[in-house]
Amino acid sequence: MAHSARRDSPELPDFSILKRLARDQLIYLLEQLPGKKDLFIEADLMSPLDRIANVSTLKQHEVDKLYKVEHKPVISTSDQLCFLIRPRIQTVKWICDVVNTDKVPGKSRRYKIIFTPQKFYACEAVLEEQGIFGDVSIDEWPFYLLPLDDDIISMELPEFFQDNFLAGDQRWVRTAGSALHLLYSLYGPFSKVYGIGRCSKMAYESWREQVEEGEQKARQAEIGNVFLIDRDVDFVTPLCSQVVYEGLVDDIFRIKCGCVEFGPDVTASDKSVKVMLNSHDKVFSEIRNEHFSNVFGFLSQKARNLQTAYDKRRGMDIKQMKTFVSEELKGLKQEHRLLSLHIGASESIMKKKTKQDFQELLKTEHLLLEGFEIRECISYIEEHINRQVSMIESLRLLCLLSITENGLLPKDYRSLKAQYLQSYGVDHLLTFSNLRQLGLLVEQQPGETLTVMESKVGKLVNDKTAGKLTDAFSSLAKKSNFRALSRKLNLVPKTDEEYDLRVPRDMAYIFSGAYIPLSCKLIEQVLERDGWTGLEEVTRLLNGHEFAVTGSSGVDSRGKNDTQRIILVMFLGGCTYSEISALRFLGREKGYKFIVVTTAITNSSRLLEALLDNHV
Amino acid sequence: MSWSLRDGLRDSLVAAAPYGGPIALLREPQRRSPSSRPQLEIYSASGGTIASFPWKSGPVVQLGWTVSDELLCIQEDGTVLIYDLFGSFKRHFSMGQEVVQSQVMEAKVFHSPYGTGIAIVTSSSRFTLATNIDDLKLRRLPEVPGLQGKPSCWVVLTQDRQTKVLLSNGPELFILDNTSCTVVCPPGLSPQDGNIVHMSVSFSYKYLALLTDSGHLWTGLSTLQEKLSDVDTKKTMAPKQMLWCRRPKSQQPSVVLMWDRLLLVVGVCNETIQYPIEDPCVLVGEMDGVRIISSSNQELLQEVPLVCQDIFKIASMAPGALLLEAHREYEKSSQKADEYLREIKEQSMLGEAVRQCVEAAGHEYDTNTQKSLMRAASFGKCFLTDFSPDQFVTTCRELRVLNAVRDSSVGLPLTHTQFKQLTLQVLIDRLVYRQFYPLAIEVCRYLKIPDYQGVSRVLKHWASCKVQQKDLTDDAIARAVCMKVGDSPGVSYSDIAAKAYECGRAELAIKLLDFEARSGEQVPLLLKMKRSQLALSKAVESGDTDLVYTVVSYLKNEMNRGDFFMTLRNQPVALSLYRQFCKLQEQETLKDLYNQDDDHQELANYYVTASYREKRLEGRLSLLQSAVDEYNKAKNEFAVKTTEDEMRLLRFQRKLDDEKGAGLLGLSLQVTMETLLSLGLHKQAEQLYKDFRVPDKRYWWLKLKSLAEKEEWDELEKFSKSKKSPIGYLAFVEVCIKCNNKYEAKKYVSKVTPEQKVKAHLAVG
Repeated sequence: MAHSARRDSPELPDFSILKRLARDQLIYLLEQLPGKKDLFIEADLMSPLDRIANVSTLKQHEVDKLYKVEHKPVISTSDQLCFLIRPRIQTVKWICDVVNTDKVPGKSRRYKIIFTPQKFYACEAVLEEQGIFGDVSIDEWPFYLLPLDDDIISMELPEFFQDNFLAGDQRWVRTAGSALHLLYSLYGPFSKVYGIGRCSKMAYESWREQVEEGEQKARQAEIGNVFLIDRDVDFVTPLCSQVVYEGLVDDIFRIKCGCVEFGPDVTASDKSVKVMLNSHDKVFSEIRNEHFSNVFGFLSQKARNLQTAYDKRRGMDIKQMKTFVSEELKGLKQEHRLLSLHIGASESIMKKKTKQDFQELLKTEHLLLEGFEIRECISYIEEHINRQVSMIESLRLLCLLSITENGLLPKDYRSLKAQYLQSYGVDHLLTFSNLRQLGLLVEQQPGETLTVMESKVGKLVNDKTAGKLTDAFSSLAKKSNFRALSRKLNLVPKTDEEYDLRVPRDMAYIFSGAYIPLSCKLIEQVLERDGWTGLEEVTRLLNGHEFAVTGSSGVDSRGKNDTQRIILVMFLGGCTYSEISALRFLGREKGYKFIVVTTAITNSSRLLEALLDNHV
Repeated sequence: MSWSLRDGLRDSLVAAAPYGGPIALLREPQRRSPSSRPQLEIYSASGGTIASFPWKSGPVVQLGWTVSDELLCIQEDGTVLIYDLFGSFKRHFSMGQEVVQSQVMEAKVFHSPYGTGIAIVTSSSRFTLATNIDDLKLRRLPEVPGLQGKPSCWVVLTQDRQTKVLLSNGPELFILDNTSCTVVCPPGLSPQDGNIVHMSVSFSYKYLALLTDSGHLWTGLSTLQEKLSDVDTKKTMAPKQMLWCRRPKSQQPSVVLMWDRLLLVVGVCNETIQYPIEDPCVLVGEMDGVRIISSSNQELLQEVPLVCQDIFKIASMAPGALLLEAHREYEKSSQKADEYLREIKEQSMLGEAVRQCVEAAGHEYDTNTQKSLMRAASFGKCFLTDFSPDQFVTTCRELRVLNAVRDSSVGLPLTHTQFKQLTLQVLIDRLVYRQFYPLAIEVCRYLKIPDYQGVSRVLKHWASCKVQQKDLTDDAIARAVCMKVGDSPGVSYSDIAAKAYECGRAELAIKLLDFEARSGEQVPLLLKMKRSQLALSKAVESGDTDLVYTVVSYLKNEMNRGDFFMTLRNQPVALSLYRQFCKLQEQETLKDLYNQDDDHQELANYYVTASYREKRLEGRLSLLQSAVDEYNKAKNEFAVKTTEDEMRLLRFQRKLDDEKGAGLLGLSLQVTMETLLSLGLHKQAEQLYKDFRVPDKRYWWLKLKSLAEKEEWDELEKFSKSKKSPIGYLAFVEVCIKCNNKYEAKKYVSKVTPEQKVKAHLAVG
């Protein structure tokens, strides 16, 4: 990688403690139920659990058989059942069924439910309603945070987004606060906390409450500042196609809990291979943040280097050969294996993404971001729907269109919606209702045809006045105001210059130089200004709820330099790999180290799938 | 004594609690005329009046105090009434049904590790025991053979975690336990000594004293295994009271006997000490002596502690005594001080001397003696290098506290030994219970007790007491409480508010709750007070969704549905929480909820969702129709139209399924058309295309793909010529290439528009 990283980058704190802590807590809970027991694990807890404690660890603590929670009758013969679940009512109901089925023939077993990361009263209420509250013992496993990589920590709570932003259910806010508190008690005190968004503010308050309740220990801070941000502050970024390697891999192969499964088309054999993607993978760590167009060049360079390393063997005497075999060969082999996997993956991506239509798709996205040739974009989207390219992709483009344009014209809105419903079934009427609720896909109110007005005015007068006019027009709450924000924060670089993706100028490189992610730009600005001063207009457009609080520790912010430059960014509602790449770039430029904490890793498909109304 | 008793202690039932506890007095308990009721009076140990009220219940046999300073009044009919220190009635219980007929002859209140117990004997000579009145379990003891009426004397013993009764009937001695009645014979006491008329057991239940009618006093272990002494008192009259007077590690245990005019102290040796008394007195057994209460004063009779003996004995040469003397000389600036000191030092006993002085100071009652002893200790300490000051400092502090509580305005005459046994915590509790809040706080501060156990606890009690003051307004109390309590750690405003509510001051409770910082704490009480709206908004404020949910489910059960929904409507957070729950648990409620809100849009969506769960077509259609109605009400024309289209499509699909078995039901329009085309049902597809006004482009794409996939090239060519293609002809080329038919593709290249021609040629190759 050609970036000139600043040498004085601070060291990241060691997050493996979080894993050890979680494992010890789990083992303690398992030991509370002595004797052999069968363990039922919620399906989406399988992978996170695997990162914490593998099967043999569980077996050591008398777990006999492991089952996935499948909402089916159980076939276990063990007389002790342990359920490790998320606090979801459906799962609890299933457990009630299991217990009640056992009761009919008078079978007696011991049941234990371990809720993670916490229990909810509603779950207990269900147990009570079904009359089995006394039959089960309940515990909480405070497994809030799973470190996915040196600088990524995930709460693995994808439902946070849906529950909080769509359903307005704030039950997870406290969980987020607790997670922050855990980080605070291990790596704090923080010297400053910034944030934007309603949920962020509530999570912050919940955390403060917990700080005040608990005892305070004076310790060496390992994290300087904290930035909390709601996902609904910036919907544009996660809706864009990702073109940085790690993001692309996520978009195409879906990275699950820091691990990806490459299918036969990648491995060039008939087996699938599971690969951990993190900084321990030497090849991957060098290409993860690269724009895809550079990846191939890099990989082939790497292959040549590898070959040279192998070639060293020639002309070696026996002794040299011996040291080579014992010291280098293993590493080279490992690297070789990874290299071939990533080359395979890249080829597979190339096949899918470098076709004509992907280029056109990107072009449309860029046009939408820039706000040019909207009519062409609309007809492109229309064709996209009509040809049934992809249900999610079409929806994504529609949302992107709506957000960047502050809603669709009623005529377009109706026709596009009708087309979409004809293509993918009328049940998506509910999906549209969800999208409207979130403000992702809305209809412009009559008299508010901003784009039309704006484009007319824009042609007549210069940009500045048009900006003012835009501001004057934007008043309603659920509006994205993307255009105005973009202008205020310079999110879309000027297109007339050629953007050299090899030597990125700014964070826009993660979208081929077309757009600087709003979320990351906000973080950059706030850190630079040490607060929200000068950004009043921006926060107004973002609908407020911003805050900046200096920590109680009273540490002088100019004091300990190294920790001050370690910034914890917490995304409430998920963040994408592209955003992480952008923050890494920002860190390298400014000498920060970012730690990303997120409720879950997301991307456009996950985001939209969460909003589909799947009628179960 | 600060009391002024008109008739002294004559004809009164008196009960005084140990550890310098309060005194209860019931005058002429046996007087039964309804016109003049006996007066029950409660005094502090120093005779300060605490409460006084006329006794209105039945005749009282015995008064007694519990370990937590509650007054027990045992009535003739076996009812036990419990009053608190201030004479307010707390509760009552009965010692059993059979007692009501047979009446209580005698009763005794006793203390054991399990708490305070009561033992009674009835006129039918049966004993009933309750070991702990707070956890009442009555035990009726077996019959005593040959006993008529009440026994001549009896005591309660607790041994080996068992409570027994020791009683005498004439010369015979019985032990009565749960199951049996055994005759026992104390060693060294022959039947010739006469009938046993009085017995007493020591404070620790370890020693027993028996007095016969011939004046013989036998003392021994209460296990009756060993005799200590046998003294002839030469008094044949039964004494009024007989008590042990000893202290822990007693050198000279003795028994105190009291007659009308005489107090006799009998030790292990044959000597006795006699004190004449003028007034009727009452003896109270303490762990380290006997308290003698008369109408005019109160005295403590105790064995002089060994250290005090050592120091104050005439011509004592104990190091402590020498040190005291040395200090006295030093005060007089006499060189003798040095001589005394040297003498101690030569024996290298200075450390011991200091220790003796400090210990003796602890036992002394007189502040001047305390001071001189402490000064001497401090003087001696100067000549010692590594002497730990801890004992000196703690004794100093404790003495200050003890002197403060011994003051007659407080009236807790505790000895140092009692104080150690009682512990500081209990002392503070007792101060709080007697409402000496400022003193309690001072003590806490002075002894540097952590706030949580000390000052805060006192404040909490103070506040709970404060809210019960009926003469103050809610505002004044709230202000006073807030000012005093502030935000002391560990004082929960909600607890205080709960107390206020218990006293029926709901408004005050709400005012106090406002001071509570943690809104979560406010909620349970608010719910109890039926301020559900307020509770809900506080719960929402706390940000704890579990709490919100608790309130919601409480409200759901408390209110009627309409009110419940209205309440929720004002609280969006609670509403969405409840909605989430209903979505998973109670679909029907969800519908009602939307109905109540006139939220037609959501209601319609609800019907649409429901329609997908419905398997039968008819049911599905009717649900969709309901959705259409609701969409209409919501003025969502678009949704109305789409839903109607969907219904139309469903009917169409059903018809075709019935006719051709196409398996279309539930498919989207697009997929339906696709299936139709692939089945070769072009006409029906065409019909859908027209009926649902499918855009041309879409239809053309669809048909193009479908024909190409089925390789019906002729049909495709026909189709291409049917009219001008709305999707251009490049699409035709591309689709043909995709299906690997270059030949067909070439047919369309010529029709491609000039701009796209290059692409077309490239595609064909």
